[in-house]
Amino acid sequence: MYNQSLDKGPLKDDGRDQDEDRRIEFEHNVLAGYTVEPKDWMPEGYRKTLIRQMSQHAHSEVIGMLPEGDWILRAPTLKRKAILLAKVQDEGGHGLYLYSATETLGVSRDLLYEDLLHGRAKYSSIFNYPTLSWADVGVIGWLVDGAAIMNQIPLTQCSYGPYARAMVRICKEESFHQRQGFELLNEMMNGSEKQKEMVQNSVNRWWWPTVMMFGPEDKDSVHSKESRTWGIKRVTNDELRQNFIDVTVPQAEILGVDLPDPDIRWNEERGHYDFGEVDWTEFWRVVSGHGPCNRDRIEAKRKAWEEGVWVREAIMAHALNEKVVDRHG
Amino acid sequence: MTIAREETYDAHLLSFVLRLADSALIASQRMAEWCGVAPMLEEDIALSNVALDLLGQSRHLFTYASDLEGGSRSEDDFAFLRDPHEYLNYIIAELPNGDFAQSCTKSFLFSSFAKTVWSSLLDANDSRLRDIAAKSLKETNYHVEHFSSWFIRLGDGTDTSRQKILEGLDYVWPYTNEFFDDDSILISLEGVLKMKTNTLWTKWIEGVTNVFASARIDLPSTPDFICSGKYGIHSEHLGHILAEMQYLQRAYPGGRW
Ligand SMILES: [Fe+2]
Ligand SMILES: [Fe+2]
Repeated sequence: MYNQSLDKGPLKDDGRDQDEDRRIEFEHNVLAGYTVEPKDWMPEGYRKTLIRQMSQHAHSEVIGMLPEGDWILRAPTLKRKAILLAKVQDEGGHGLYLYSATETLGVSRDLLYEDLLHGRAKYSSIFNYPTLSWADVGVIGWLVDGAAIMNQIPLTQCSYGPYARAMVRICKEESFHQRQGFELLNEMMNGSEKQKEMVQNSVNRWWWPTVMMFGPEDKDSVHSKESRTWGIKRVTNDELRQNFIDVTVPQAEILGVDLPDPDIRWNEERGHYDFGEVDWTEFWRVVSGHGPCNRDRIEAKRKAWEEGVWVREAIMAHALNEKVVDRHG
Repeated sequence: MTIAREETYDAHLLSFVLRLADSALIASQRMAEWCGVAPMLEEDIALSNVALDLLGQSRHLFTYASDLEGGSRSEDDFAFLRDPHEYLNYIIAELPNGDFAQSCTKSFLFSSFAKTVWSSLLDANDSRLRDIAAKSLKETNYHVEHFSSWFIRLGDGTDTSRQKILEGLDYVWPYTNEFFDDDSILISLEGVLKMKTNTLWTKWIEGVTNVFASARIDLPSTPDFICSGKYGIHSEHLGHILAEMQYLQRAYPGGRW
């Protein structure tokens, strides 16, 4: 990462900080809708905010492979197995794509990944909940990917070019993920009583954690304001959450499942659904590492990474062997 | 007499198709175990992709098997409602993954064999098998390339990786015997499939030998191992694979998924 002191420009004749001028120009350009590219000058805070947000996003994709991946081996039909495999593979692709986009900001993927494995980086709180039944695979598609789309569509307009372009590509796949989830649940809701129970039980467990996915309320959100000025995040957490609920309530009705919030009702005046109080204590506990699966997720990734050390070393060694052969033989 | 012979022929063709289908499905199931825990993210993606290819191949083959039977069983009936002794896959497909070296060694040997089978089936007197073979061969060529390259890189990497490849090879190699030993089904279908085990062996060993040379690893001697998954007698691993894979269909009969 860039050193703070190197980033300070020389003072101009009139004694003003050159960076201050650049910053004003930068913010002006962002406001005018220009896209920022890796080679452009950018304020250090902008770069740091993006690194944090994009790497968290990448980590979420990669950690997100685990809860659903756990059901690939148990998928109930070959068609579902193929869809789920393809979906989890997509998530890995999203992770890879986002890590590459983050690297354009001058930070290495391995370092970011080490941060994740050592608990120094965050990822979406949702993946710290367990997948306990096959219906969870459907609910994750429907609600979690649904929420992800809601979050990511505004990011296609993000001021940082590589991130915005990554989002365009990723959003297309997320909408397929969302549809397959809904369709899976719809099929189960037309099945036996046991299957319907399985779906309802799953919705009961996932609803609130999904609502929390949009992050703290605007009044408690630390990064919202500058993210807005810099054109990184153009829609607030509360707005996104409201949009999500407005879209999802009618879908739940079509499916025939109850959402576990007695306060959900249409508010004619606001033109939105009202909904109940989120348990923010739970949210903060999960974010601080005390969710049901935080430790398992990191442990699974840490174990895989450590068990892969000798593989990655062998690749380097072999590449060297080849070079030696090239030179001498 | 004629009728009896046709019945045998149909039964043998069905067995052969299921052998390929089951081998692809079980290999896919094992491959999918790597999803999310491979040594690097690129490999999570690549191995899921191989698993998807194998799964797709098995589905084409099950569909053909279903047609051969007159449609009485669906692809899911074949996959989820048969018991271990009705599975006809080569045992190598059901072996535990072990570490990454063992997994790559197994997949290198198995996909190289699949490649010779698909290539040979391009000349079969059976248009359905020819079509499936043509599609599968393209995918399998990529699998062979992928796992050969790992076999070479790990074999000719560090001392540790070489040691792990040698251990993996030691465990997996005897199971390749099943590819080429006594095969009454291939003999009875020879007129249609135009496939002989000794020709398969010649082609397989040729390709494999080259890769061993690049990895600077000696080719082990021909094994004498008894191995008969293709006749429904499996290792103890298959029961566990099926218990996991079939759990939902068995626990909720007739469910909608
Ligand atoms: Fe994703
Ligand atoms: Fe997704």
